[in-house]
Amino acid sequence: MNPTDVVERPYLRDDQPEFGPGDTVRVHVRVVEGERQRVQIFEGIVIRRRGSKLSATFTVRKMSFGVGVERTFPVHSPMIAKIERVTQGDVRRAKLYYLRDRIGKKAKVKEKRQA
Amino acid sequence: MAEAKGILGRKVGMTQVFDEDGHAVPVTVLEAGPCRVAQTKTPEKDGYTAAQLAFGEAKRPNKPTAGHYAKAGITPARHLVELRLDTLEDYALGSEIKADVFEAGDVVDVIGVTKGKGFSGPMKRHGFKGLGASHGTQKKHRSPGSIGGCATPARVFRGTRMAGQMGNVRVTTLNLKVIKVDAGRNLMLVRGAVPGPRGGLVIVRTAIRVTRRTAGKAAG
Repeated sequence: MNPTDVVERPYLRDDQPEFGPGDTVRVHVRVVEGERQRVQIFEGIVIRRRGSKLSATFTVRKMSFGVGVERTFPVHSPMIAKIERVTQGDVRRAKLYYLRDRIGKKAKVKEKRQA
Repeated sequence: MAEAKGILGRKVGMTQVFDEDGHAVPVTVLEAGPCRVAQTKTPEKDGYTAAQLAFGEAKRPNKPTAGHYAKAGITPARHLVELRLDTLEDYALGSEIKADVFEAGDVVDVIGVTKGKGFSGPMKRHGFKGLGASHGTQKKHRSPGSIGGCATPARVFRGTRMAGQMGNVRVTTLNLKVIKVDAGRNLMLVRGAVPGPRGGLVIVRTAIRVTRRTAGKAAG
């Protein structure tokens, strides 16, 4: 155990679902506009997870009007209201950077077949 | 010169926490105190106001040292540091100083001794570019190059940056914001980095050079 774990513990969230690279997720992001707060949904494919404990982050990629958009979130960020896993992907590597070079149908990730 | 308040501690390590806006904030965790006041200095007796803070546990104090601590009625400590203070109000002889002398939002300076890097070359020590990797450079790839003129001025200017001891010097980091204080665990989180290795002794004191900008930084 690291001595800094004591400090991190209260910030860790245990309500996040399991998800990994290749999965399609809907991230409910809290957006603060002046005084008001609302929830925005960012849906796409998880292309990487990195880090551990409180500093862990994941990156979601989606196509928005023909342009690839990637957003990186801290897994334990309080700005995330909720993460939903839409589909579980079947991929062979941990970092799906190859999706950036592909367009259209080739940029799809196979869905994992439930046994 | 005089500080409003201060405490001794140990650097635990760095991590990050989230603030109320949801932003990740880089913090250094310090084990601050508990310290005991081993001696006080007053203008009448010593000509200035200060408190001697004791931190940690001494392994084998010799007789004179043990006597010094016994005078204040405290156990011998490993570290002893004198702090110039404005008043001795909260620093009575023998009293215990805990992390709660500071609270979240305060601006502090942290003093520590940097990690020693030994005798280092000019590239590491001063960020020089070195000489070429190729084009006929021989055995001089990391050398400083020219250090001045020739017949004029016929000497090397004082302060010219060269190779030498790097690190292991006392460094003060000014104006760090206190993010959180946990007096129960004697922990304190300050924003940003602090000199020294993990486990190194640090002195935390109220910031002495607060400007409007740094005060705003602490608020924001």
